[in-house]
Amino acid sequence: MSLELDGVEASRPFIEAAQPDHPSLLDPTHQLDALFGVVNIPNVVWIDEHGMIVRPPEPGWPGPTEYPPSLAARLAERAQAAEAERQQALAEGREPPVDLMTQLRSGQDREAYPDALRDWASRGADSPYAMSPDQVVAASGNRSLDVSAAAAHFELANHLWRAGDRDTAFAHFNACHRLQPDNWTYKRQAWSLVGNERVGGEMGRLTQVPQPGEEADWPFESNFDADVTQLEPGSYYPRTI
Amino acid sequence: MLLDRLDADPIAFADANGWEIKPEGACKGEVCVPLPDTFTLTDLADRLGMAVVDEPTRDLWAVGPETVGGRALVTARAPDPDLIDLEGNPFRLSSLRGPKVVLVAWAPY
Repeated sequence: MSLELDGVEASRPFIEAAQPDHPSLLDPTHQLDALFGVVNIPNVVWIDEHGMIVRPPEPGWPGPTEYPPSLAARLAERAQAAEAERQQALAEGREPPVDLMTQLRSGQDREAYPDALRDWASRGADSPYAMSPDQVVAASGNRSLDVSAAAAHFELANHLWRAGDRDTAFAHFNACHRLQPDNWTYKRQAWSLVGNERVGGEMGRLTQVPQPGEEADWPFESNFDADVTQLEPGSYYPRTI
Repeated sequence: MLLDRLDADPIAFADANGWEIKPEGACKGEVCVPLPDTFTLTDLADRLGMAVVDEPTRDLWAVGPETVGGRALVTARAPDPDLIDLEGNPFRLSSLRGPKVVLVAWAPY
């Protein structure tokens, strides 16, 4: 399910390229955040034959991540730059900066996750990975009044953005991000709208930081690189299996 | 949920948010929250711990999800969001009932 408010066409190329034999759906209002507690992508939920959740939203992958060539090249550049920064910091006796790529790859074990999923697929409730209803509720995310307000602000921002009222939409996006700072779909969605406008093309929606020289014109109070590098290692995709 | 008025029918509002009004109160799965004999939409939102945020320039309100119990899920019974397919056709998650379902949230960002 694609959590994308910016129209069907933003998701279509990925779905058509994957040629899935399962339903591939769109959630343009991010109901999965409000109703299930999804806070990042990818997030995966396991639901049994009776419609009962047996694992609440958690980071999950079908195996080691394979990136398309253009993105892989960009990530390799970033890794090289990060290593150069680290070496320079060490040479100058400074604490090395947080390596963004290490942060993104820490936490949930991308190789073990599909094995756990296969175990549940074959053993059902006997799988050690299947949770009881009480465990599922307890393991679902924190839901405070601030988190509820964040969802409400996001819904207003979503509506206003699509209505063309950009400044008011930005105000609600920023309020949303302040109230639930650990919800990355709310942040990445908003940042990607502006990144797509300014950069466009294959990397547009993946550009979630102000471009050089455009920092003062960035309408958000935060951006991807600044926020992710402040996290404790492993907390972007927390390990749950 | 977006609303253009806060004096809308509370029963319909409850239903749209997955809550059923029963003699024992507003119920979702095995959880019931007591209600007074008569109540408004804002009373219900207050009892369920739903934030109400307004956008005064548009006469528009958004009501956030419930916070009863302090967890994202009130019950392990799967919610049934309103989804669409690539052609814009509505799709209910509950229509997949029968086999196991693995729900994957992704995005093109």
